[in-house]
Amino acid sequence: MNQPLTPSHAITGATSVAPVLVVARLEKSFDDRAILRGLDFAISANQSTALIGANGSGKSTLLKCLVRLVEPTAGRIEMLGRDVRALSSRDLRRFRAQVGIVWQRHNLVPRISALSNVVHGVQARISGPQSWFQALAPAAVRAEAMSCLDRVGLADRAMTRVDSLSGGQQQRIAIARMLMQRPAFILADEPDASLDPQTGEEVMELLLGLVRQDGLSLLMISHRLEHTLRFSDRILGLSQGRIALDMPTAQANAPELRRFFDHPEGG
Amino acid sequence: MTTFPVPPPPRFRQMGLVNYAALLLVLGLVASSLIATAPALDKLSRGVGRLFAPSGLLTNMFPPDFTRIVPIGWKLLETLQMAVAGCFLGLILAIPFAILATDRLSPHPIVRHVARAVIALFRTVPDLVWAIIFIIIVGLGPAAGVMAIMIDKIGFAGRFFAEAMEETDPGPQDALRAIGASKLGLIVSAVFPACLPSFTATSLFALEKSVRGSAALGLVGAGGIGVDLKVAFDLFNYDEALAIILLMLVLVVAVEQGSGWIRRKLI
Repeated sequence: MNQPLTPSHAITGATSVAPVLVVARLEKSFDDRAILRGLDFAISANQSTALIGANGSGKSTLLKCLVRLVEPTAGRIEMLGRDVRALSSRDLRRFRAQVGIVWQRHNLVPRISALSNVVHGVQARISGPQSWFQALAPAAVRAEAMSCLDRVGLADRAMTRVDSLSGGQQQRIAIARMLMQRPAFILADEPDASLDPQTGEEVMELLLGLVRQDGLSLLMISHRLEHTLRFSDRILGLSQGRIALDMPTAQANAPELRRFFDHPEGG
Repeated sequence: MTTFPVPPPPRFRQMGLVNYAALLLVLGLVASSLIATAPALDKLSRGVGRLFAPSGLLTNMFPPDFTRIVPIGWKLLETLQMAVAGCFLGLILAIPFAILATDRLSPHPIVRHVARAVIALFRTVPDLVWAIIFIIIVGLGPAAGVMAIMIDKIGFAGRFFAEAMEETDPGPQDALRAIGASKLGLIVSAVFPACLPSFTATSLFALEKSVRGSAALGLVGAGGIGVDLKVAFDLFNYDEALAIILLMLVLVVAVEQGSGWIRRKLI
């Protein structure tokens, strides 16, 4: 088993750079049940990190703790230069705007157009009616939303109701909404979980493209071994609420990773 | 007769003592209510007979008298206007009450309990009682009727709006909250579109209920056609009363048909 990294530096390939995310002694308990038991790791910029672990290992809880959608019990989180646990509720709103989240389910607002859903991403920066629906949005916001849709290959479906799109298309719209946020860091919770293998692969390529082309940082929960090996630079393995594996993907091998997957053959 | 190795279970479950007592209590309540309040059969048959006597109500109602159709028509229009105005104001005000009454959107449990109590109070007190209260406040006429309908609709729609908002998928709301959306942005962008079919159906039912209710409000002096109906009965102008009832029927059926058509188109 690899030793967890010290929080002061992160490894990306062979180089050591200043981290954009530092987690130190992070703990989370629900009632008396410990889910996260003192996590220490750091993640550098322009890096795709896969978080793997069996069901119940605490992956989703960790992701939610990072942006305080779930309040940690103890420990320190420093992300994009901010002490996340010390943020006031107003500052937390501003901080969350910098973090794009791609959920396992797309979580789009039904009954409205794809374009309106993408425009919602601007609520990270603008509040008020101009960010509620595409019809009320300023021209610049609409144009940016269209370019985000174009980026995910769905500009021609801008005015289509999202609930009439396929699962893969809906996940792409969710990614376009996330791009509209102009995030500096992306958290992805099994973004390919509800998609067929082909569509899941396309979504993963899209996310990796954001890391490679836009220089964003990505921390994604991965449930497919093959995707973990193909779309990450680094792998964090979570077991019983602790970091049980931390290594560059280039050095990882499939047999070693299998114990972190419930259904490794599915990957 | 063919015998089977496994006998069927008893048709009815064995009732416990408490259930027996509860059943007897309900039966006793129904029986005592019927004895105390239901009309005696002989009294009922005598009354029905009087309806058809030469000076009876039904005999004098036919043929209906439409000679005052123009002033009655204006009063019907006033009735419709009271219903539309009261319903519109009630539906608009029901939205904030409903938001404050939901578990997820209310700012504080105390606020939620207060909002729920107010909605329950508005719903429980009959609109005729509200009309009498508002006649004392604003005097005789349609304004009192509009206020009574408004309060009644806050109670009616507030409850159904709150239930609709509680039942929406929390995923899109969580996603927008994670983006950093404001509470208002989250409600307008994510909650309202998801609730639109339910809101529309409730609003149309509220309008139908308002039109039916507004006709009766005139009986206590709160404006509309009910005033003319009461006067017609008081002056034994039963033929004119029938004309008013038939015109009210036309109005109510027209509104119900119209709202049904809108409901089918929108939902």
